[in-house]
Amino acid sequence: MKTTSNLEKVLAAGHFAATGEVGPPRGTDAEAVRKKAGHLVGKVDAVNITDNQTAMVRMSSWAASLIVKQMGLEPNYQMVCRDRNRLAMQSDILGAYALGLNTMLCLSGDHPRFGDHPMAANVHDIDSIQLVAMVRRMCDEGLFQGGAEISNPPKMFIGAAANPFGDPQELRVLRLAKKIAAGADFVQTQCIYDMKRFKEFMHQAHDMGLTEKCYILAGVTPLKSGGMAKYMATKVPGMTVPDEIVKRIAGAPKEAQAEEGIKLCVEQIAEMREIPGVAGIHLMAIEWEHRAPEILERAGLLPRPQV
Amino acid sequence: MITAVRKPLEEIMGFAAPYSRVLLLGCNECVTVCYAGGRKEVGILASALSMAFLKEGKKLDIVEQTLERQCDPEYVEEIAQTIDQYDAVFSMACGCGVQTVAGRYKDKPVFPMVNTMFMGASERQGVWAERCAGCGDCVLGRTGGVCPVARCSKRIFNGPCGGSTKGKCEIDPGVDCAWQLIWDRLKALGRTDLYSEIIPAKDWRSAKDGGPRRIVREDLLS
Repeated sequence: MKTTSNLEKVLAAGHFAATGEVGPPRGTDAEAVRKKAGHLVGKVDAVNITDNQTAMVRMSSWAASLIVKQMGLEPNYQMVCRDRNRLAMQSDILGAYALGLNTMLCLSGDHPRFGDHPMAANVHDIDSIQLVAMVRRMCDEGLFQGGAEISNPPKMFIGAAANPFGDPQELRVLRLAKKIAAGADFVQTQCIYDMKRFKEFMHQAHDMGLTEKCYILAGVTPLKSGGMAKYMATKVPGMTVPDEIVKRIAGAPKEAQAEEGIKLCVEQIAEMREIPGVAGIHLMAIEWEHRAPEILERAGLLPRPQV
Repeated sequence: MITAVRKPLEEIMGFAAPYSRVLLLGCNECVTVCYAGGRKEVGILASALSMAFLKEGKKLDIVEQTLERQCDPEYVEEIAQTIDQYDAVFSMACGCGVQTVAGRYKDKPVFPMVNTMFMGASERQGVWAERCAGCGDCVLGRTGGVCPVARCSKRIFNGPCGGSTKGKCEIDPGVDCAWQLIWDRLKALGRTDLYSEIIPAKDWRSAKDGGPRRIVREDLLS
């Protein structure tokens, strides 16, 4: 075991992992974080705390992570390359670790164009793969990116993201391989609806030996309505939602669409468990955290292992 | 080349308000090639400004001149004899030219007539696109001749991000995904092996982050 991360312990013990996600509020209400995260206490092995997701200003990821940590949930502290240069990133990592955070996810970040500060400078001092490499070196070699020694280096369980569906297709597994080569311990994928393409992706990753080197958690997001299905299918960059799924959700009577979405999500999780190399799922129940326990229960993922 | 686009007439009229006689100064280099501030654009802007002032019942005396290169002190010297005849210089050069003129004639107001945009190339008649960020440490040799610094919206050195769709960038379907272009070129060159190497974090000192940059060529100093 390289870290004190609960997620690492669960995965290392060979359990099928389940992680959740909470987006911090656009304000100072700690209670709002507790309310969302409260649904997930005891139900997931770690909960991702997003970092200004969709390029909208929100309570900082490390602060919301600490609130969640105090509730007995393990935060997966997200960090994007869009908002900070390498000095700010490293100092935040030191502070986060000093206050008990031990699991983090390294991301590029959505472009400011999509958020409420499209006029902001786009930092991108380093990219997400370079961020993974930087954290790896901080932890394993005890060195800052600039080369100086860190007194009492952090020990983070280091995550990265993968999108099996973006273009060019051929690069998707190759980029995953680069993230793993850079030092990712685990990977959480973009939410998956196109199971056929995801299976091909995993098959390739498995053949390249990547699933031996890194835990891959498959992303799932329950569709709340036909409207959401259509939105995900047409408006989200790099996302594929097969027509039959849109038809299935949108075709159900309005009052039954949410249930149909949950049913589909539970079926997807069952299918993912059978795919070689899938070490767990990452459930992103966007603004639907209160339905997450039901999904996990019906998917047979509760209770969570105590390790 | 350095590309530029002319500022809106209203903004330029705001600059002109306090003056009665100005020198409208074009440049024969990049801004001529991109139709922003060459001899022809000097003529067009002079007419437009004169007409706009006449419409308001005012008169602005505009003298047109175009230098070979406004970023070169040698050519900027050409207006030394006449500069006192003007209340202000309205420069149609890029920011480099404006500053060279302002640096040489310290008591003369100099206003930019164009917004300097980027280092780019012509894609087709009437379209220019950014190609180089001038980062001072060229990586084009490992990226198939397509620059991730200038052409990827997130400056990703180990791309593409998850937002690349059908060859286009997530920010705008009119923008090519740089990493799609890089990958296509690496395939065409038979050098897809280059992709698997992780490009390490960049040293931005060679770019503007090291402070304002200078090139000093000892062999050329006189």
